Amino acid sequence: MRAWLPSLLRAVLLAILLAFLISPGWFEPLLKPLVQDNAPAIYNQGSLLTLTLLHLRTVAIATIAAIIVAVTLAILVTRSFGAEFLPLSRSLVNVGQTFPPVAVLALAVPALGFGEKPTLVALFLYGLLPIFENTLTGLTTLPPSVMEAARGAGMTDRQRLFKVELPLAMPVILAGIRLSVVISLATATIGSTVAAKTLGEVIIAGLQSNNIAFVLQGGLIVGALAVLIYDGLSAIEAVLARRAGL
Amino acid sequence: MIEIDGITKRYDGTAVVDNVTMTIEPRTVTVIVGTSGSGKTTLLRMINRLVEPSAGAIRLDGEDNRSMPGFELRRRIGYAIQGHGLFPHRTVAQNIATVPVLLDWDKARIDAKVAELLALFQLDPAIFAARFPHELSGGQQQRVGVARALAAEPKVLLMDEPFGALDPIIRAKAQADLLDIQKLLKTTIVLVTHDMDEAFHLADKIAVMDKGELVQYGTPAELVTNPATEFVQTLIGASERPFRLLSIETAGQAVEPGTADGKPVGAATSQRDVLSELLWTGRDALPVAAADGTLIGKVTLEGLARRAARPQ
Amino acid sequence: MVIALLVAYGALVAPFATFRANRIVPGEAKSVLAALPAGAGVVLLGLMIVAAAIILLKTPALLRLATAAVALGAIALFIGLTAAYLTPPENTYARVSPASGFWILLFAYALLAADSITRLRPRPGVRVLLLLATLGGAAAILVSGLWDGLSILKEYAGRADVFWLEAGRHVALALGSLFASVVVGLPLGILCHRVEPLRAGVLNTLNLIQTIPSIALFGILIAPLGWIAVHVPGAGAIGIRGIGAAPAFVALFLYSLLPVVANTVVGLAGVPREANEAARGIGMTDRQRLFGIELPLAMPVILTGIRIVLVQSIGLATIAALIGGGGFGVFVFQGIGQTAMDLVLLGAVPTVVLAFAAAIVLDALIEMNTPSQNRGRTT
Ligand SMILES: Nc1ncnc2c1ncn2[C@@H]1O[C@H](COP(=O)(O)OP(=O)(O)O)[C@@H](O)[C@H]1O
Ligand SMILES: [Mg+2]
Repeated sequence: MRAWLPSLLRAVLLAILLAFLISPGWFEPLLKPLVQDNAPAIYNQGSLLTLTLLHLRTVAIATIAAIIVAVTLAILVTRSFGAEFLPLSRSLVNVGQTFPPVAVLALAVPALGFGEKPTLVALFLYGLLPIFENTLTGLTTLPPSVMEAARGAGMTDRQRLFKVELPLAMPVILAGIRLSVVISLATATIGSTVAAKTLGEVIIAGLQSNNIAFVLQGGLIVGALAVLIYDGLSAIEAVLARRAGL
Repeated sequence: MIEIDGITKRYDGTAVVDNVTMTIEPRTVTVIVGTSGSGKTTLLRMINRLVEPSAGAIRLDGEDNRSMPGFELRRRIGYAIQGHGLFPHRTVAQNIATVPVLLDWDKARIDAKVAELLALFQLDPAIFAARFPHELSGGQQQRVGVARALAAEPKVLLMDEPFGALDPIIRAKAQADLLDIQKLLKTTIVLVTHDMDEAFHLADKIAVMDKGELVQYGTPAELVTNPATEFVQTLIGASERPFRLLSIETAGQAVEPGTADGKPVGAATSQRDVLSELLWTGRDALPVAAADGTLIGKVTLEGLARRAARPQ
Repeated sequence: MVIALLVAYGALVAPFATFRANRIVPGEAKSVLAALPAGAGVVLLGLMIVAAAIILLKTPALLRLATAAVALGAIALFIGLTAAYLTPPENTYARVSPASGFWILLFAYALLAADSITRLRPRPGVRVLLLLATLGGAAAILVSGLWDGLSILKEYAGRADVFWLEAGRHVALALGSLFASVVVGLPLGILCHRVEPLRAGVLNTLNLIQTIPSIALFGILIAPLGWIAVHVPGAGAIGIRGIGAAPAFVALFLYSLLPVVANTVVGLAGVPREANEAARGIGMTDRQRLFGIELPLAMPVILTGIRIVLVQSIGLATIAALIGGGGFGVFVFQGIGQTAMDLVLLGAVPTVVLAFAAAIVLDALIEMNTPSQNRGRTT
């Protein structure tokens, strides 16, 4: 009974989320008490489903770019020829994190215009750090005896990387990606301050018209997405970790 | 045959292996001993070029080991290390198949080899082939590590403190198994250890390293009877000398004609163990039985005492 | 080498400054030579070439650091000269702002400085001194009026009072919520460490809060706080209101709890068993053990949590402006609204500087609290 309870809760959450996105009207009575007399309780300036999909797309693009760059960078600085740049790359990515997302967003606007692009840049920069840090941790904490055995067995550098190092580091890398995705899901809402089409639009509309129902539904959809995606990735990670015997 | 010719390795100007020359005969077990930090591992790793030497050369069957890329060389030489170094994300079978896969053997040949090695190391393929390393005991992990090193039928097997992480009982068994397998496969084994008992038990020849230099290279008996330096003497242990001599040879080699009372000892038992048995049972002599159980003579306290004494 | 390429591109190809007739029309890009009086432009280019050479050759880290410092000083000086040179006299609408060339040079030399500092591995105290020196240098230039011609400072000149007011609010929000989260989070973390069944529940709840986007959390809190302001006597008097600083403060506090609690738990769990056994063995009480052994040993991890919180709060506090909570975000959002980038910069630059300085100071603190065998590993 204990074991399947969390899965059940997740399934229920997913069902509610889907129901809300497809037919928000059903939930109107729940949100009605939150708004003043005649204000709409359900976001009415666009489809919540479309916004959700756009939101996810933005996060997906930024995360994939961040994964490619961060993992490549971490691989490069852990090879013997790139070792020189390891401390620098680490402080650089660290500094990147001190830039507030709003600032990155605002500063990217003159170069890229309003809309999705500055949001992508901000999410990309923000997503880099966790993935980079974790990939680095994964690649630098491999058991020395395993690495020695891989070399001793006559694997080339490339074979070692793809057959031993990356598979062993994979659970840690995935944990970084998971963290990065959750941060990005929340941060993407800020993109709507520069007119990106994300769920932030719902929240900001709520803030501007003093409509708590909007704020709440926007926030909860993002929160539910984050929880579901986080759990999904955790499950994949657990399977991989078990396979790797870690 | 492995010819090590004036090999030197320097780190930051200090030689950690200093002009070592030695020849290792094929199909023998050579054990490198020495205190920690004396350069044993570095010497061993220069044979398969995990470490590139600063000077000198190493030839395998007359061929310079730098005549091919390092990774190709290493696919031809078995390598087993302390703590086994098994790939945690691969099954036992996949681990053993590592080098054959790198060498592109066909699948049937790989499967046959894996099954053969598992059987040889007393691991039932039906049970163990699909397990992951963390599902094995320490002794089993170690056996899989050696099996992996032998998978591509290397002529040479390098072992760096392979039994260091095992408890004494399992270690004794692993040593005995290794000797059996060596006799069967005729592999040339070079093994690093800092355990002198292990060295005397396994070695055809022992190389003693001290501060990067090879101070003596000879048979175990030569080392005991004729230590080249004070250091070798200390390493062997003055009070251990007679027992070391006895531990090199077997009861079969000390058989005298005649019979004795008591439970027979096997001809393959070390003379040291026979002496222990004699002392413990308070007898002067024990009968010796060949592997098939037939009595072939006796071993006497007096005879062993003669063998343990310093050669004149 | 990458840095040298950046310097070359920044100095030769990209425009150094932008001139605009007023603050919102598109600007006209000027190269280094065009942006400076004849002699000065050549001097700056010469300097950059020397710097690039020093970077390309394998020079010692200290020399590279000095190069970076001199070069940074030079571009800081020259951008000020640019403003004076390009702005027509008596024209108060014209705006001169640093263009991509300036930013690229700034980035390149900051990278060079960061690289040489990482190589030198200075002790934490020295790093803080370097930070102070840099800030001091920038402050001196600000006070001297050299940059007064630049567009950001023209924006500042127009709203100096508001700037400092919002700066105060920003810092108060970030530090105040940090303080509150430590006061609540540290005991909560200790409790979670001691009382196993509590741990998963508390951490999961805090994790859930983190998944709610900041602007939504800010917004959601408006309702309950508004209700409290109306219904709880005296609440309004102490500043609790539906909109404004109160929901921002509470939201920042809630976000900050997770890193503090989680790191406290992790830090305490990481205390070596032997240390605890030994402490118990010599007859320490639970309380003595907590304050004498566990907390000091867990301190680096707890401080890491606080560093995360502070940097995160300084950034998030910009969003408070959306619900009338003030802070540097006010300028950022006004700037976005008016498409006046200089105004955005007026909000963004101090935020970044603040976050950056906080990160360096706390990193130094963490390192000073870490037993020496690990020293030099954090960057
Ligand atoms: N990669 C290396 N760089 C610098 N010094 C090394 C390196 N590898 C080994 N050494 C030094 O060489 C000496 C011999 O090491 P090793 O061959 O591992 O000794 P052993 O195996 O006999 O304990 C030691 O003092 C060790 O510190
Ligand atoms: Mg060694």
